[in-house]
Amino acid sequence: MANTQSMCTSFMQQLMVGEHQLGTATLVSRTSLTAPTTDTLKAALYLTTATINAATTVYTVTGEVSGTNYTAGGITVTNATAPSSTNTSATAGVAFFTPSASLTFTTVTLSTAFDCVLLYNSTQSNKAISVHTFGSQTVTAGSFSLTMPANTTSAALIRLATT
Amino acid sequence: MLVTTTKGDMDDSLLEKREGSVDNDNEYTTWTEYWLGEELVHRSVHVQLKKTVTLTSSVASF
Repeated sequence: MANTQSMCTSFMQQLMVGEHQLGTATLVSRTSLTAPTTDTLKAALYLTTATINAATTVYTVTGEVSGTNYTAGGITVTNATAPSSTNTSATAGVAFFTPSASLTFTTVTLSTAFDCVLLYNSTQSNKAISVHTFGSQTVTAGSFSLTMPANTTSAALIRLATT
Repeated sequence: MLVTTTKGDMDDSLLEKREGSVDNDNEYTTWTEYWLGEELVHRSVHVQLKKTVTLTSSVASF
C-alpha cells in the first residue's frame, strides 16, 4: 500500500454542489443562507503503510500516525486567504487556494515513518479535499512543519484550471 | 541553547547535532537531529511542499 498525491475525486463533485466553503462568499439566496462562514479545514498525517489517495472520501483514523502530542484528526489549518481566480486567456483560467500559514505539529514524537498529509473539511463531515506526499519521515521530541507553496496561479497548493 | 529531547530539555553543548536535507521536484526538506552518544533524542523536520495538485476542467461542445 502507498499514499498518492492527488486531489480527492469526491471533492471535485462536492465543489459542483457547493459543499465546501474555503472562503467567505455573498450568495443569491437559495433558501435563507446568503452569507456562509468559512469552513474549518484540518490536516492529518498518515503512515507510509496507509492508502490515502484520490479515492479517499473522508478523513479516516486508519493509517493515521499516532504518538506523543499528536491528536487524532491532526491540526486546524489556517485559511485566512480565500480562493482566488485569474483568467489567462479568453478560454482559460485558474482558480487557486493555499492555506495561509504553515502546518506545524509542535513537540511531537512520531516514531513510525509517515509520508502524507490529508487536507479535509472538518465542518462538512470531514470530507476529504486533497492528498500531499513527501519523503518518509519520523520525528523525535521535535516539530514537524509543512510550509505551503506560494499562493499563485502556478504554484498554489490546490488549482482548478481550464486549458 | 536548550533543546527539547526525549530526556527533557538539554543544553545543546551536551549533544551532537546532525543536519540534512533533500531537494527534489516535490519538496525541499530539512531535518535537525540531536544525539546523546548513540541515542537519538531529538529530530525535527521541515518540509516545503513544491508540487501543486491540479484539477483540469473541460466543457463539452454542443
